[in-house]
Amino acid sequence: MSLDPATVRRIAHLARIHIGEDEIPRLQTELNGILGWVEQLAEIDVTDIPPLTGAAQMALRTREDVVSDGGIVEKILANAPERADDYFVVPKVVE
Amino acid sequence: MILTDLTLAQAREGLRAKKFSARALTEAHLAAIEKLNPRLNAFITVTPELALAQADAADRAYAEGEAGALTGLPLAIKDLFCTEGVRTTAASRILGNFIPPYESTVTAKLKDAGAVFLGKTNLDEFAMGSSNMTSAFGAVENPWKRRGDDTPLVPGGSSGGSAAVVAARLALGATGTDTGGSIRQPASFCGITGIKPTYGRCSRYGIIAFASSLDQAGPMARTVEDCAILLGAMAGFDPKDSTSAERAVPDFAAACRRGVKGLRIGVPKEYAVPGMPDEIAALWQRGRDWLRAAGAELVEISLPHTRYALATYYIVAPAECSSNLARYDGVRFGRREDGADLIEMYERTRAAGFGDEVKRRIMIGTYVLSAGYYDAYYLRAQKVRSLILGDFTNAFAGCDAILTPTAPSAAFAQGEKMDDPITMYLNDVFTVPASLAGLPAISLPAGCDRAGLPLGLQVIGKPFDEETVFAVAAEIEAAAGFSASPTLRAGSGA
Repeated sequence: MSLDPATVRRIAHLARIHIGEDEIPRLQTELNGILGWVEQLAEIDVTDIPPLTGAAQMALRTREDVVSDGGIVEKILANAPERADDYFVVPKVVE
Repeated sequence: MILTDLTLAQAREGLRAKKFSARALTEAHLAAIEKLNPRLNAFITVTPELALAQADAADRAYAEGEAGALTGLPLAIKDLFCTEGVRTTAASRILGNFIPPYESTVTAKLKDAGAVFLGKTNLDEFAMGSSNMTSAFGAVENPWKRRGDDTPLVPGGSSGGSAAVVAARLALGATGTDTGGSIRQPASFCGITGIKPTYGRCSRYGIIAFASSLDQAGPMARTVEDCAILLGAMAGFDPKDSTSAERAVPDFAAACRRGVKGLRIGVPKEYAVPGMPDEIAALWQRGRDWLRAAGAELVEISLPHTRYALATYYIVAPAECSSNLARYDGVRFGRREDGADLIEMYERTRAAGFGDEVKRRIMIGTYVLSAGYYDAYYLRAQKVRSLILGDFTNAFAGCDAILTPTAPSAAFAQGEKMDDPITMYLNDVFTVPASLAGLPAISLPAGCDRAGLPLGLQVIGKPFDEETVFAVAAEIEAAAGFSASPTLRAGSGA
């Protein structure tokens, strides 16, 4: 399995990271190096082995479905790159 | 008396006995930071006014007889813990100006216990790295030097700033986080002690997420007992973290005095990797001899899937990272770059805000989770993770704790191991398995190599049995009598 330039471009787009054409050869080499190295897991027989999703050996807790926090608009907006009144501002999405 | 040379336990005794004030203790550390941090670059942000205000409050608490477990003790906080009103960057450009509106649970607990915060320590960007070379705020210099050689060495990573400040005596202790070895490997490189507790022992709330099924906070300090005291204050159930364990916090400091008589200590044969430096192999052997002499029984154990742990980790961790770091989109907080439309704004923001290693891991994670590759990579890695946990479960049927080296080398020079990402990843070969299994593991300095650099041993315990880990580590600490100190440190005139 080896990534071609088109796949590198596709992954970068899926990850929402802009990459220049000049970066593609380096990324292709690095990503292929890592993917080639992790390929060693293919030699293990994992038939009937259940996946382990996390290190916490416990059932996830649930809590009462009630409002437990709120009324902190200023705190939430304090780090916004751009705001207008009580809203986050983003570039125009709908024409 | 040089106040910066005291252990945390000694400083606490001194404060309780009113031999010196919390203000004097804090001022001594702030003066040392002012002198040495410009060279070490171990702090990203220093908060002297806040620290002195906390120290004065501590002195009032001692005067009124209301001191807590950590009252007046100056600590450094890894810049991955959100601290209300104090800039928290994760050593990333994308959070370069982020001021958290809330406090992480771990730092809130430390504050409640009376600790003084000196500032926020440098790290690999988003805790992704083993050298601190990926920080957007520059490399950290390890306070240790090879004998007769001034080459700047790395402090390890990702908690490299925390390890460097504790080693250089710029703080009595520090917080770290460990996803694949980020507390233990820098502790080993800087000649200090650090423990990653059991997954779930410390709340992850307010710690900037890297790989949520692996991330765990822990203390770094100059003795095993100091780590035990700090962990006692950091640990505990938190309803704000869905994976926080509902368990009482034991008296970790008392466990340091238990001894190892009758304990069975496992030595995994698979950790004797080809090419292990003879000094590390010899140190590992000395560790076994010390424990045997103290009354423990040494048993060979097998962890057959050890050699697959790193590859498993480098699928699981990037997958979780790609998901966690999706939140940095330039909309609600952090840096924004302009774009013609929303997608371009996201892509330009993330391209400018993230460094190369973070981008690589996000892209690997995106790929292994993408349609058509999920089963071959991510699902398979999760199954191998089951096998790795099974190895430990089987081994612990016949032993109480496991002894290994912490890292495959001593600290290396800045710029070394940078040629390709995998060379750097190999640093975590001995620490990653316990991370994947969620087990508690400590690193403590046990000797030096021929160049005079510290080397660490690692003790891994059963889930939620940090007490045995502390008992074994304290025994090794006493036997090793490690007394070397780094070239660059407070009070040395360096």
